[in-house]
Order: sequence, then C-alpha cells, then structure tokens
Amino acid sequence: MLDADDLAAIRLTLELATLTTVLLLLLGTPLAWWLVHSRSRWKGVVAAVTALPLVLPPTVLGFYLLILLGPEGPLGRLTQTLGWGVLPFTFPGLVLASFLYSLPFAVQPIRNAFEGMGDRPMEVAATLRASPLDAFLTVALPLARPGLMTAAILGFAHTVGEFGVVLMMGGNIPGVTSVLSVRIYARVEAMEYAHAHWLAGGMLVFAFCVLLALHALQPDRRRP
Amino acid sequence: MTIEIRFSLAWPGFGLDLDLQLPGQGITALFGHSGAGKTTLLRAIAGLERIPGGRLVVNGEIWQYQGYFLPTHRRPLGYVFQEASLFPHLAVRGNLEYGMRRVGGRDVSRMAEIIDLLGIGALLDRKPDRLSGGERQRVAIARALLTRPRLLLMDEPLAALDQERKNEILPYLEQLHAELSIPVFYVSHSPDEVARLADHLVVLDGGRVAGCGPLTDMLARLDAPIRLGEDAGVVLEAMVAERDAEWHLARVDFVGGQLWVRDRGLSVGTPARIRILARDVGLALERVTGTSIINVFAATVTGVAEEGHPAHRLVRLDAGGAPLLARVTARSVAALRLAPGVPVQAMIKAVALID
Repeated sequence: MLDADDLAAIRLTLELATLTTVLLLLLGTPLAWWLVHSRSRWKGVVAAVTALPLVLPPTVLGFYLLILLGPEGPLGRLTQTLGWGVLPFTFPGLVLASFLYSLPFAVQPIRNAFEGMGDRPMEVAATLRASPLDAFLTVALPLARPGLMTAAILGFAHTVGEFGVVLMMGGNIPGVTSVLSVRIYARVEAMEYAHAHWLAGGMLVFAFCVLLALHALQPDRRRP
Repeated sequence: MTIEIRFSLAWPGFGLDLDLQLPGQGITALFGHSGAGKTTLLRAIAGLERIPGGRLVVNGEIWQYQGYFLPTHRRPLGYVFQEASLFPHLAVRGNLEYGMRRVGGRDVSRMAEIIDLLGIGALLDRKPDRLSGGERQRVAIARALLTRPRLLLMDEPLAALDQERKNEILPYLEQLHAELSIPVFYVSHSPDEVARLADHLVVLDGGRVAGCGPLTDMLARLDAPIRLGEDAGVVLEAMVAERDAEWHLARVDFVGGQLWVRDRGLSVGTPARIRILARDVGLALERVTGTSIINVFAATVTGVAEEGHPAHRLVRLDAGGAPLLARVTARSVAALRLAPGVPVQAMIKAVALID
C-alpha cells in the first residue's frame, strides 16, 4: 500500500505546509496591513509583486528562484556568505519557494478582512488610550479572525497542493524534498497506479474537506 | 479654564477657518448644517484628523502647537461616535473595561457608579449585536466616561436613533450634565437637543464660526447666525417654586418673573430649563382680560427684525431682565407701532419645561 518513502513524503508535506502557514501568517499579516493603510507610492508595486504567483506558471517562479538562489546567483552568494549554504534542493529552499508561491492566497483574505473593518475600530481604540500596536493586537486582529482563518487554511492547502515550484526548487529527494504531489508524479511515471491511487485519493479527500471548512467559515446567514 | 482652538485648512470643496476660545466646563454645542465642519472640528480636537499648523490648548495643556502633535491615544479625552462603535468581539463588560484598563486599573466603585448613571447594569454580559441602538449608545457613553476624560467629545450621539430612542437617552445626558464637571463638546444639528443640553453655543457655517456665546444670549439674538425658523425661541434657566395639585400645574421662577407650566412631577426647588418658542409668544399693547392664556408679562421691545417669510417679524423683548423672542406678523408690527422702547404685554401660549 504505502511504503516508507510514501510515508516520508506525507510527513514532509505536512511539515512543509505547517511551517509555510506559520510564516504566511507571521509575515503576511503585517504585509496585508501595510497594503491597506500605507500611503507609499510603492504600494501598487508591492501589491503587484505579491500577486504575481497568481498569474505566473509555477515553472517561471521556480526557474528564477533557482537562478537567484543558485551557487552563482546574487541571493545564493548571500546565503553562502551567511553560512546557510545553497538553498535549492534543500528543505529550507522548499519553504521559501512555498512561502512566495502561496503568499497571495494568504494576503488577500487578510487584506479583505482589514479593509472590511474600516478605520473606525482603530479610531475608537485610540480614543480609549490604546497605542497603535496595542489596538492592532487587541482590536484589529480579533476582528480579522475569519480572514486569518481563511488565510491559514488556504495557505496550508495551497502548499500541500503545489507541484511545479517544489519540483523545480526541490527535485525529488526522498525524505528531503520529495513531497506528496511530486511522489504521485513519480509513482505514475513508474506505472505504479495502485500506490498513486492511495496518495492521489487521499489528496482528493483532503482538498474536499478543506473547501468544506472554508465554506463553514463564511458568515452566510442563509446557510442552514 | 478655557479651550483654545485654532484650525484652518483648505481641502478641495471644503475649508475650515476657526479661532475659538471656549469655556473649559459645561456643555458646548457645536451646531450647524451638515457640511459645516462640525465633525471635522471634533475629529481634529481628538487628533483623529491632523490639521497642520493648528493650535489646540485644553485647560492649559497643549495638545497641538507648531510641530507638536499629541497622538490621540495620549489625549485624555472621551469620544462618542455618531453610530454604534462598540467592539463587536467584546461583551459590554469588555467594552467598558477596554479604556478603563488603559488609564490605570479597574476602579470598581467608579465603574458601578457610571453603570448606574447610564442604566446599563443588566447588559454587562451581552454582546453588542444583542443590544438596541439606544443601549449601544449608552454603553459607548459609559465606556468613554470610564477613561476619566478631561474633555468629552460627542458627535451627534443621537442622530442615528429614532425619536423614541432619543427620548430614552436624553434624560441620561441631562443627568450627566448635572453630575459631571468635565467639559463636553456636543455636535448636533437638532435645535431641540441644543436647547435641552447646551450651556454654550458655537454656530458653524461653511467651516467658519457664524456665532459663539452662552446659549441664552445666542438664542435671544435677533441677528441669529442661523435661521431656526419654527424652532426660533429662547431658553431660560428657572427653578420649580410651587406645585398646584388641583390643576396639575407647576410654577417656575426665572429672572423675569413666574410661569405656570404643566406639572411634570419635578419637586419644588429643582432647577429646570424652560424653552419658549417665538411662535408661541403673542403681543398686546394693553393687559388683556378674559383670555385663556395664563402666562402674561409686562415687557419692553428691544428690537425688531425680519425673519424668514416676508409676512413675519421677530420681536425681541426684555421681560424684567430675561430676553424673549416673539414672532408676529409684519402687519401687527405696523398696527401696534412696535419699536424699541415700546412697552407691551407678552402672552405666552406654550412653555416647554425641560428638566
């Protein structure tokens, strides 16, 4: 049914998705806030760059990440100078690629949540002596909770479901970079359909459950 | 104790040019039509709107001057917004404690006092979406008061409510007025609310001060900075002096004399406000007998002015030191030769007693 490499792929995928989701929430939330409230002229540029993975083929992102982070790339030289080594074909490289690739899926719902609450709650908090950071933590974040939940679920699921970027950035090293989607591809190529079914069917059920959970989070009053 | 305000700004389609010295106590009503700059002024005082070059000194403390700008969360103020602004993720208790905790601890006795003052004791565990509009505003007022503000700003706190809810809250506001010593700036476009609550009146028009002064003086002016039309009239401070159980009337004494009004149950000795609308005052040259009108005073005409419709004139009177306004027809002014110095009898058809 499932061999050791399959199980390693499942564990790796869950680790990757969890770590990526944590990073998405930690960095995506301030980014979303900045995109809503900044008056900087760079806002449009940053928003566009953030949204790029929505429209680019994953191979394009993977290709440029490989070049930038490779041994001769500018970021690759930086990571080597810092003593982190070369990131492509390592787990940290996968995390970075997944983070960038899933960023728009996490930022957008958080941004919508911040936009939807308007300025008033923060103004009210300020008149009640809350500093901007205090108000952000005690008012904005709790009010944006549905958006944050959606971002976490979408970010997690999207990371589990990605294929192109991880294949280009990570390759297929069992236990290191061989995630589920890549593993399924390898199984199908090797004509091992029974194994492929177990993995692919599991993914299908998982994806369905995620979308069901998202639906449950929508504040729809007409829902039964 | 004064509050000095100097703001000027020119936005496309909207400007503000104000230089005001307002009393640091009592309720000051900021009155004007929508677009007059009332809310912008209030937001600038709170620091929610940053007007460069402005100057704001509140009872000796500088909040804004030249390059200095005290951020909103460091200003000891309370702000009540027009619409419900309670935090939806917190119950009433959490909303009340939010500001109180940030000014240094829970003062249980003060909290009990304010909760009692606004009658919200039964609501503490409810979420804001389970409250009526009037209840929400009472909680918002209590929440602002619990931060021990040195200036309370209220932006049309009743505007979003229907008349019934307004009547539910007004008594609480009147009680605040009587029991709290902090200055209150109250934005309103309702002459009714202003007459009931304000001590001091600032009339704004197109971002400028059209008039500013004590309420009684401002309302009794003939060159009123703003046309009140049917609402033109004076407000006088008075005191309940006698109650007549047989006829359900109460006698209130004011500077210019005595008035009999419908007894509203106020006990003798209670200070009260009376409002006399100009359209409810008629004039006669001689004392009229055999009339149903029970409130009649001797008064002297101090001025006559045009008012709204060409058929009408507004006559200002002095009744033993108290100003009165009467709205009569231009024909009557001519027929009775009403002019400054002419002694008349002012017959008052209706008096509103505001507690």
